[in-house]
Amino acid sequence: MNKLMIFGFSIVLFFAIIAIFAPFIATHDPGKIDIENILTGPSREHLLGTDSLGRDLFSRMVFGARISLLVGFIAVGIAALIGITLGAIAGYYGKWVDIIIMRFVDIMLCFPTFFLILAVIALLEPSIINIMIIIGVTSWMGVARLIRAEILSLKERDFIYAEKAIGASDFRIISRHLIPNAMAPVLVSITLGIAAAILVESSLSFLGIGVQPPTPSWGNILSEGKSVMGAAWWMMLFPGLAIFITVLGYNLLGEGIREKLLRS
Amino acid sequence: MLKYVFRRLIGLIPFLLGITIITFAVIHLAPGKPTDMETQFNPKVSMEARERMMTLYGLDKPLHIQYADWLGRLLRLDFGISFVDSRPVITKILERIPVTLGINLASIILILLIGIPIGVSSAVREGSFYDRSMTVFVFVGFAIPTFWLSLILMDLVGVRWGILPVSGIKSLEFEKFGFFEKILDIARHLVLPVFVSAFGGLAGISRYMRSNMTNVLRQDYIRTARAKGLREKDVIYKHGFKNALLPVVTILGLSVPGLIGGSVIFESIFSIPGMGRLFYESVMTRDYPVIMGVLVIGASLTLLGNLLADISYAAVDPRIKYE
Repeated sequence: MNKLMIFGFSIVLFFAIIAIFAPFIATHDPGKIDIENILTGPSREHLLGTDSLGRDLFSRMVFGARISLLVGFIAVGIAALIGITLGAIAGYYGKWVDIIIMRFVDIMLCFPTFFLILAVIALLEPSIINIMIIIGVTSWMGVARLIRAEILSLKERDFIYAEKAIGASDFRIISRHLIPNAMAPVLVSITLGIAAAILVESSLSFLGIGVQPPTPSWGNILSEGKSVMGAAWWMMLFPGLAIFITVLGYNLLGEGIREKLLRS
Repeated sequence: MLKYVFRRLIGLIPFLLGITIITFAVIHLAPGKPTDMETQFNPKVSMEARERMMTLYGLDKPLHIQYADWLGRLLRLDFGISFVDSRPVITKILERIPVTLGINLASIILILLIGIPIGVSSAVREGSFYDRSMTVFVFVGFAIPTFWLSLILMDLVGVRWGILPVSGIKSLEFEKFGFFEKILDIARHLVLPVFVSAFGGLAGISRYMRSNMTNVLRQDYIRTARAKGLREKDVIYKHGFKNALLPVVTILGLSVPGLIGGSVIFESIFSIPGMGRLFYESVMTRDYPVIMGVLVIGASLTLLGNLLADISYAAVDPRIKYE
């Protein structure tokens, strides 16, 4: 473990604990409206202040962590599943299968991802599940390329020929031998992908087409912060800081893993 | 060289076809019909009018025929007519493109002017305090959400200090200004958007430049250059820098989709009438012809960016042959 990794991992762990134990950490009900305490600054009662409906910002942020991390993890899980499957098939079978899949990857990479995501959201309801799926199906291309490149070199190795000689099926060779051995660089890509997915989700929610209020997400709290700009700095500072630190954490962890892999 | 360019242009055709297929599939395979927006929420529209619209947009035909029709119209640069204001989609997009491209071009220049020196100087002083602080800066640049940075700058620079305008690309009294005042006015409006859109890319390019440069400085020809007694300045700038600079061209080409995609965010925040904002508005109003048009043109711009990058790479690097 190098310093980068430890620092990144601590941040990741910190927010994961907050998300998991949200109901025990929150000091108030995140949805409880209190019209007598609208837009009050941070105090002992409301640690990070209140929003324009008098709801406790700290509690909303704590529950927002759940949403942001959940979207990040599941979206990247979907992307990894698609990317690993297509990349492994392309790398293992080669020839026209490879050409078709990789051409598809190249074409998908032409689209500004954010445009593609917005276009699909225009057609679907912006529910949390839809957002996870959309981010997942628009961000698997990097993983596919990595897995394919690894498998191209792995499949010429002796242990794979040995497996073939004893009559192992293609599925067994790919899933038991090739993919596990090709996972190392993918791990870095997945870690960085979680950071990217959290950024995309918060951008969408900020633009009003992501997680819909009253469900709190860091992005939509910030969107509300924009409308009270100049009147309530805490509404703008804290959610942005939370996104920033979380993304930083995953990036540092990813870079840390990359360095460790390069050294070994 | 010309032959190479020509062959690359031919090679774009399958890509353009793929782009149109994906765009078409995204819009047509998702639930909900493009005509819903205009009809479903509007009680005045009768069933008969709805069917007329279906025929007008050819939605009653099988999908592959719809696609062929649409592609045929695209070839004649006919992107259809906007649902919202009945103007041709191509006109709407063309009047927005210069703003978006202008801002992105300005931010690319800014990224190169700042990012490359940072990368090179960090690589030369690898492991120093300066190098480590630049690494911290890079990580901050990667992680800071664009929209948050925009908001903070708007609040501080625009609202609290009142130094720069924070919305639109020209002032209300723009028409009364003289020529130089007009340029100054637009420039003042673009400072924050350009800075914000450059910030993330800056981190990427400087990081990339640094790793290229550290790699190059470990090469044998650098050791040879030092061994034959060249000045350190010449070793670094004549032998190292030139070789480390080349791959940056490719990275620039690859960063085009990210820059264009990012324009949605800062253009909506700063109310800039560019392609990103047009796209956001058309998504909000479900203006399908515009959505499809922007998708196709946005992806084609990426192709163009990559092509330009490859051609300029081939032009500057004598090791690349065009065959």
